[in-house]
Amino acid sequence: MTESIALLTIFVLAAFVGVEVISKVSATLHTPLMSGANAIHGVILVGAIIVTGQAESTWVMIVGLLAIVLATVNMVGGFVVTDRMLEMFRGPGSRKKELHK
Amino acid sequence: MIPTWAQIGYLVAAVCFIVALKALSSPKTARAGNGLGAAGAVLAVVITFVAYKPDHLAPILIALLVGTVVGVVGSRRVQMTQMPQLVALFNGVGGGAAALVALLELSEVSADQTVSAIATAFTILVGAISFSGSIVTFAKLQELMTTRPVTFPGLPVLFVAGLLGGIALAVWLVSDPRVWVGVLLCLVGLAIGVMLVLPVGGADVPIVISLLNAFTGLTVAAGGYVLHNSLLLVAGTLVGAAGTLLTKLMADAMGRSVFNILFGAVRGGSTLG
Repeated sequence: MTESIALLTIFVLAAFVGVEVISKVSATLHTPLMSGANAIHGVILVGAIIVTGQAESTWVMIVGLLAIVLATVNMVGGFVVTDRMLEMFRGPGSRKKELHK
Repeated sequence: MIPTWAQIGYLVAAVCFIVALKALSSPKTARAGNGLGAAGAVLAVVITFVAYKPDHLAPILIALLVGTVVGVVGSRRVQMTQMPQLVALFNGVGGGAAALVALLELSEVSADQTVSAIATAFTILVGAISFSGSIVTFAKLQELMTTRPVTFPGLPVLFVAGLLGGIALAVWLVSDPRVWVGVLLCLVGLAIGVMLVLPVGGADVPIVISLLNAFTGLTVAAGGYVLHNSLLLVAGTLVGAAGTLLTKLMADAMGRSVFNILFGAVRGGSTLG
């Protein structure tokens, strides 16, 4: 039971941290922030690898591999697309340089 | 039990995610923050391989490669204007992955582990909702279907029936963790997700994506509880909490309430098309 309480404690504290860290976000960054947070929950990949790595039957392995593919798409695609969005937020100076290239 | 160094490594990855979210809230640091988040994710995956020493290494690595190629190519090819629907799609597959992991964990959960069983049922139901809801938002934004709110007489009744059915199945699953009940719960979740998003107008869809993003975060947190994995628990809860606040901030910026966006069309009130 003590481990359950420890996990519950982590859950409650992390919820407060999650609210606190983004509370001062500027409105222009709403979409990139959503996209970045979306990429972070792609770490379910870790869970998918653990479950698939312990698979003892073929169907568990097949479903597990499907979960790995989906989670990887979420994680890798999420970070790449967020980076592309944020390219647009560079200062006007750097954008000008690119035009003159 | 996984070794101490791996747990400390997971803690470092969790701190990367927290700092990444903080940095993403400010224009100057946003891009570096995203990079830090990606670094944390890579660290987490490497630790998992070394600490858990998974069997079936070759197929797992191939699946990782396939997912990486699809993710990179998809997000590189997409037009700037199509990014919101891509985020919706990525969110959906993440929710789907969480639901699948929970389905596979069902065989490990016994009826006396009540809290784990509740967390598993939650992950299956909400993961499925997030998956199908995100697919419908994708279809709306990509204009594969009408962007106008879709309602029909009886939708509210069907939606409430779906919710009650989902809760009943979840309770059943908690008392008797069988895989086929889990699959049924998953199907009901898929139907609820579709009914949740159909009545939302095209202009409001980004806010719904944000809400479904928070849902997926919570499912990942619940999955972390079931797997006793502190990193999944912290990362999922962070996204769940931050995503919920962000949903409210986005709705406030449009001068709408989240409740009105979700159910405005159903109640017969006006909603932006």
